[in-house]
Amino acid sequence: MATAPAPARSPARARLASLLQGQGALVALALLVLFGALRYDNFLSAYNVTSFLANNAKFGLIALGMTFVIMTGGIDLSVGAVAALASVVAAMVSEAGLVAGIAVPVLVGVVIGLVNGVLVAWGRLQPFIVTLAMLLAARGLALTVAGNQSVAVDFESGFTALGTTTLLTLAAPIWIFAVAYLLGVLVLGRTPFSRHVLAIGDNEETARLMGLRVERVKLLVYALSGALAGMAGVLLAAQYGAGQPAEGVGWELTAIAAVVVGGTLLTGGLGSVAGTLWGVLLLGLIFNVLNFENGRGVISLSPYWQSIVLGAFLLVVVLLQNRLAARPT
Amino acid sequence: MARAEGTAGVGQLRGARLWPGDLHDLGQTYGAAAALLLLILYNAVFTDRFLTTDSVYVNLTQVAPIVIVAMGMTLVIATGGIDLSVGSLMAIAGALAPLIFQQDLPFAVALAFVLPVLATGGFGLFNGVLVTRFGFQPIIATLVLFIAGRGIAQVVTNGELQPFRNPAFQYIGLGRVLGVPFQVLLMLAVFAVVAWAVRTTRFGRQVLAIGGNEAAARLAGVPVNRVKLAVYGISGLLAGIAGLIVIAINSSSDANQVGLNVELAAIAAVAVGGTPLTGGRATVVGTLIGALILQLLRFTLLSHGVPDAVALVVQAVIIVAAVFLQRQRQT
Repeated sequence: MATAPAPARSPARARLASLLQGQGALVALALLVLFGALRYDNFLSAYNVTSFLANNAKFGLIALGMTFVIMTGGIDLSVGAVAALASVVAAMVSEAGLVAGIAVPVLVGVVIGLVNGVLVAWGRLQPFIVTLAMLLAARGLALTVAGNQSVAVDFESGFTALGTTTLLTLAAPIWIFAVAYLLGVLVLGRTPFSRHVLAIGDNEETARLMGLRVERVKLLVYALSGALAGMAGVLLAAQYGAGQPAEGVGWELTAIAAVVVGGTLLTGGLGSVAGTLWGVLLLGLIFNVLNFENGRGVISLSPYWQSIVLGAFLLVVVLLQNRLAARPT
Repeated sequence: MARAEGTAGVGQLRGARLWPGDLHDLGQTYGAAAALLLLILYNAVFTDRFLTTDSVYVNLTQVAPIVIVAMGMTLVIATGGIDLSVGSLMAIAGALAPLIFQQDLPFAVALAFVLPVLATGGFGLFNGVLVTRFGFQPIIATLVLFIAGRGIAQVVTNGELQPFRNPAFQYIGLGRVLGVPFQVLLMLAVFAVVAWAVRTTRFGRQVLAIGGNEAAARLAGVPVNRVKLAVYGISGLLAGIAGLIVIAINSSSDANQVGLNVELAAIAAVAVGGTPLTGGRATVVGTLIGALILQLLRFTLLSHGVPDAVALVVQAVIIVAAVFLQRQRQT
């Protein structure tokens, strides 16, 4: 979207702007953690921190995949429905044990991602429409396969260990969350793949002229997004003890919000994996803080206020990013 | 932060197409129209009692709110934007109206029509301000109210179902004019006005010019910000009207349910109808046909015993197929 050229700004303000652009979500996250720690008992208790991280692991995985898709200038609206489908598949194969319970749903996610990728890259269809259709299809498949009800996982086979096992006091989903982001940061920072992703998002034609295999890179990012959505579905099934065909509604939009709050440009070509992590934690922490505030008994905000606060927060963050950086977001 | 190397700032130019209604548009519209015709023929032959007024009205009344929302969506998409907030705005209008007509006010019912629609129109303008004055990308600007809007409706009603019985108000969803359901006439009126506006007014040409090439439109003297503000405002107004219809049909307002996923249905109707999501072209007839195709497809599948969940998968295939067939103009 073309706008007037940015006015020249003083170096100090430019530096502040780039700091807030790059690390705004981290600064806000730190402030919110500080606020919570000072105001509420038990906010930084091991219980609250670990259950917060374990609950947000699945959103984190989805937002990580979304980050790479958005960096190519695309979007993946199907992730919430894919997670729901994967959770159903995980529950159905859970009696075959942990390995199958992880591998099969992730594979389902990969296949769906590949279909998205083929349609976007070779079919030259708009990512928004392709993944919107896939949202409907995956939701329909999840409901059909599950027979319109949640599917219990097998509690004997060891699949549920994924939700309960702890290593060094941290639950398995937290480790998966952490390892995924560590890999994500490494991939973005140190591989040619990430430079190709960003080049395509910045200007696809130029990337093509430079000899990049645009189609293959696009295929890969959608497959990655599908795989991570599949893994999020596995965690969903393991943590709830059931496959949930109706879960995950709107997860894709929350993930997009987290990615944008984290400083990744929705038009592609500029992105930060760490920023997405701060974005995910920040959006999750807003709910956590509201719960604590209600727990003090002074105010009583219904859960419905959470979405209003979340929307307002998204507004303020993007507003600040736009104002300070004076660039289209 | 990582940034792509060396290729900053060279925007990709889209071909500006200022004039609607050329042969190509007609071809696309007829493609969708032919599909709709086939669906109707199939049902006429294979579905019992399809060509009865009852069955026709069932389909038209079900599709009316989506068509009304999709008309606004067509305008927004024609400028190169998108409006994700429409479903949440429907919930807001649906939450406000019963609060108003249940008061002991003079003209309470009239106010219950006007005020909620003005409110959602205002929210639409809010979207427009974010897009024009603050440079938000449309998807993010309208994501704000997609998230917060339903929360507002839920807070207003405390998340509870509001049952009501008010024949004067419910005329918008249950009334009939010479036997024709009122909301069907409303749908046709909205369609006629939007189709006329896009085809023959300066506003319509400005909408398409902005979607075709915003920078060029600005240089050509098109009041870009004002036109964009208007399309988001119109989209909000129309979402409000659709919300009122839905609660009038249901005789109750449920902030958790009203308008859920309507943004997706409306965008799908626009896409199936042949309006590209990149903006610059718009076929209002196409959107009407697109909405009718998706509605009739679901009706056909359900009336032949196919479960709703499977119907979703078929819808997805149809959406992709339709967009694929109309794809030729992109990169």
